[in-house]
Amino acid sequence: MTATEPILEIKNLSMVFGGLRAIDDVSLHINPGEICALIGPNGAGKTTIFNCITGVYAPTEGSVAIRRGDRPIEEIQGLKPYAVNRKGLARTFQNIRLFGNMTVLENVMIGRHNALKAGIFKAIIRDKATREEEQRVLDDSHEILKKMNLDAFVNESARNLPYGAQRRLEIARALATDPFLLLLDEPVAGMNPHETKELEETINLIRDQEKVTILLIEHDMSLVMNVSERIYVLDYGRLIAEGTPERIKGDPEVIRAYLGE
Amino acid sequence: MTRKHLISELRASLFQAAWFVVLLFPFLVMKVNVSSGKASVIFRWSALPVVAVSAFVLSFAWRAALRWNERRGDKVKVRTPLSKVGELVRSALARKPIRRTAILALLAVVAVYPFALGMYHTNIMITALIYVILALGLNIVVGLGGLLNLGYAAFFAVGAYTYGLLWKYAGPSFVAAGIDTGWLFWIALPTAGVITTIFGILLSLPVLRLRGDYLAIITLAFGEIVRMVLQNSSSVTGGATGISLIPRPWFFGIRLPPRQAATYIYYIVVVLVILTVFVVRRIEDSRVGRALEAMREDEIACESMGVDLARNKLVTFALGAFWAGIAGVVLAAQTTYINPDSFTLWESIMVLMAVVIGGTGSIPGAIGGALLLKLLPEYFRPLAQYRMLIYGIAMIVIIIFKPDGLFPRNRKHYTFVGKTPSDPAPGVEK
Amino acid sequence: MDYFIKLLLSGTAKGSIYALIALGYTMVYGIVQLINFAHGEVYMIGGFTALIIGGFLFVLGLPVPLVLLLSIVASVVFSAAFGFTIERLAYKPLRNKPRLSALISAIGISMVLQNFILLAQTEKYLSFPSYLPELAFLQPVREYINSTQFIILVTTAVIMVILTVIIKFTRIGKAMRATAQDKQMAQLVGVDINRVISLTFIMGSSLAAIGGVLICSYMGQINYYIGFVAGIKAFVAAVLGGIGSIPGAVLGSFILGWTESLGTGYISSDYEDAYAFVILILILSVKPDGILGKNQKQKV
Repeated sequence: MTATEPILEIKNLSMVFGGLRAIDDVSLHINPGEICALIGPNGAGKTTIFNCITGVYAPTEGSVAIRRGDRPIEEIQGLKPYAVNRKGLARTFQNIRLFGNMTVLENVMIGRHNALKAGIFKAIIRDKATREEEQRVLDDSHEILKKMNLDAFVNESARNLPYGAQRRLEIARALATDPFLLLLDEPVAGMNPHETKELEETINLIRDQEKVTILLIEHDMSLVMNVSERIYVLDYGRLIAEGTPERIKGDPEVIRAYLGE
Repeated sequence: MTRKHLISELRASLFQAAWFVVLLFPFLVMKVNVSSGKASVIFRWSALPVVAVSAFVLSFAWRAALRWNERRGDKVKVRTPLSKVGELVRSALARKPIRRTAILALLAVVAVYPFALGMYHTNIMITALIYVILALGLNIVVGLGGLLNLGYAAFFAVGAYTYGLLWKYAGPSFVAAGIDTGWLFWIALPTAGVITTIFGILLSLPVLRLRGDYLAIITLAFGEIVRMVLQNSSSVTGGATGISLIPRPWFFGIRLPPRQAATYIYYIVVVLVILTVFVVRRIEDSRVGRALEAMREDEIACESMGVDLARNKLVTFALGAFWAGIAGVVLAAQTTYINPDSFTLWESIMVLMAVVIGGTGSIPGAIGGALLLKLLPEYFRPLAQYRMLIYGIAMIVIIIFKPDGLFPRNRKHYTFVGKTPSDPAPGVEK
Repeated sequence: MDYFIKLLLSGTAKGSIYALIALGYTMVYGIVQLINFAHGEVYMIGGFTALIIGGFLFVLGLPVPLVLLLSIVASVVFSAAFGFTIERLAYKPLRNKPRLSALISAIGISMVLQNFILLAQTEKYLSFPSYLPELAFLQPVREYINSTQFIILVTTAVIMVILTVIIKFTRIGKAMRATAQDKQMAQLVGVDINRVISLTFIMGSSLAAIGGVLICSYMGQINYYIGFVAGIKAFVAAVLGGIGSIPGAVLGSFILGWTESLGTGYISSDYEDAYAFVILILILSVKPDGILGKNQKQKV
């Protein structure tokens, strides 16, 4: 009804590994159409939160709920990663996880997996509908690659791509799954300032043109401050601050977490 | 190579030769001799110089080869006469008329093979082609899905025994009713396909949670259990003696003499190979095949892209098992006799070797690997007892110098001529 | 009850020997993630070395205890040398290549060694002399445990302790653990990876050699093919316990030994080899990473 209702709501999330509380009672929400950042020192539990959202881990306590369009709110914690993806959440990985021996185009085509139907028998018979479907996935994938400025590499093996291009390909592959919420795990890690600038534009473009909401983890503060509208700060598994970039910059708690003491 | 370099190489080879002489001394020079119940140790001094000289020569050659291999790895391409020929062939085959002619020529050779070479060679070729089907099937599991299966022979066994048991239990009633028992083959073929597929699915259920080498050992265990069950349930399967006098396939009601029967089975298996290649190619280049490959590359990323891994693994095992079942029926028909010894762990290993040596994930690789592995030892026969030794050495040498296999996969390339999304002609295969 | 204890003890002896082979499997796997199919052949080589060298020394007229000692030493030395050579020759060139390639190379080595012994020696079963002494103090409990079994148990226990000390407390042990965790990192802090890998193969092969001598004395016979089956069993044991884990390999071996012994004793000897696989499937379906295996949750 109201467009301002959050599309992702995490309530009292905790994740315990053995005796370690990697995430401790975290609650946060993402509003539709925003770019939101999750920051914090190394080991604060940012990626663990991503893993809890996307089903790689089942959280120990708490809930993760999504609200997509007019549909009622829906809890997704504990679902398998593929099921979460089918709900419209896609992610990238901190340590790039491309399908290295497959071509760039094929990587993106995997993202279209669920937009297609053909099963084994259809694949063998290859009837008209299946051929058209294949053609569509090729076109769609190529479109996405063009948007991400990767169309020069279509037939290249993913692992032979330059580093920056690999990061972009991960985003392209995630976009191919038609998400409403994109989770980016350190999208500019290891990139040079020029590449970072480019990716900053890309992130804005994805939000503005594709209407995809974005949650990102990043250490590069210039990127975080430039693109995000709201920031959550995590330290030792707990949320210590939330707010606009300006507020976060001046927050004594945050400064303490980053600089110690 | 400079002179200094040569001398240092010779010295290194000499050192290695000495190492091997010492290492092999107790086994090549000494020998346990049992005569009339009394054991003694004899010395075969004549072997010593042979070992020393061959160790020296071989180690020199090996070092040179390894160096060459490393150099080859540094540069993108070193053009050897062989690679030039390969390039030439490839570029020729890229042209459609030439490719069509080549395929026709190949088909012609395949068609006249049994008449040109006679029954002995035809039978060898049948066995080799059965392995081609097996390798293509296992290639789906290992090459595309990336799931290491060391129990593949179990599915082969299930296929063969489907036919064997069908013959053993339904055969008599066929005879009583006056129906040609040759029909059984054609009943067994689809039945075995279905039953092995079910077996594949059943096996995949407990292994869905397992990763990597745990999966390999479970499949190995499964394979061995199936074989032992066949071996020990004598009342049903005939135990170690197996099932014999399995009928050959029906041919328009005519009982063929062995020679013609072999030719007939040969053509059946050729058709099955073509069918397998067709199906596997189609699967490889489809939504299903892509998902399998993505699973091989990275399970977590694959699942995060919306691919249901559990379902994917199930499909992989089912597809792989199906072809093994088909191959099993043909084996039973060709040999007319089956027992558990044909389905040992070594059998699984051989098929795996065919896949890897040919080039994991590559269809020409699976075909080439299976033919090589099955035909080579047949034509090694003059080497008699040295055959398996040389075979083992050949495997090691091939895999060290071609770790990606002899015929690695060429990925499909696409060209997009369309500049706008509305352009009607994108996605043409190059 | 008597019968049960008897079975349990013979299972323990069997398990001890599996343990000696399984340790080599697990150590190699922990460090290079290779299923070393040729490991069983190294154990067979160990047995043959002891048979040949021991036979020669015996003919020379040396006293039996000395023959025993020297043949064990020879068998350890030669097996270790074989292990080292195999790694350098067949695995090292494939270290950064697809994992399946190294597996095929290992299978190739297994074929070569089997056929080498078959050709250079014999395809027949040879009787293996028992150089192991008869222990007088075991006389009262002879019905439960014989001397050979006792010696096997004690030897394995002693070796376990030594191995644990090496891995836990020595420099090379530390280097091995570091390499197992992260090869690149270990290299960066100055660990010589090649040396660590070679040493792992040498240690694993030495253990296999001792296992080979013991089992041949126990069974009283040897042929070129014994390594293959033993290797598979030991591999099963290593996986059962959690591959890569040293206590896991030992525990897995004992479980395997007991299962086989009790299974053949109470159910049927027809399926002797199948019990190993059935228990493997059962345990892995409950604990997918083996009993003591680290939950190898991949880092995402």
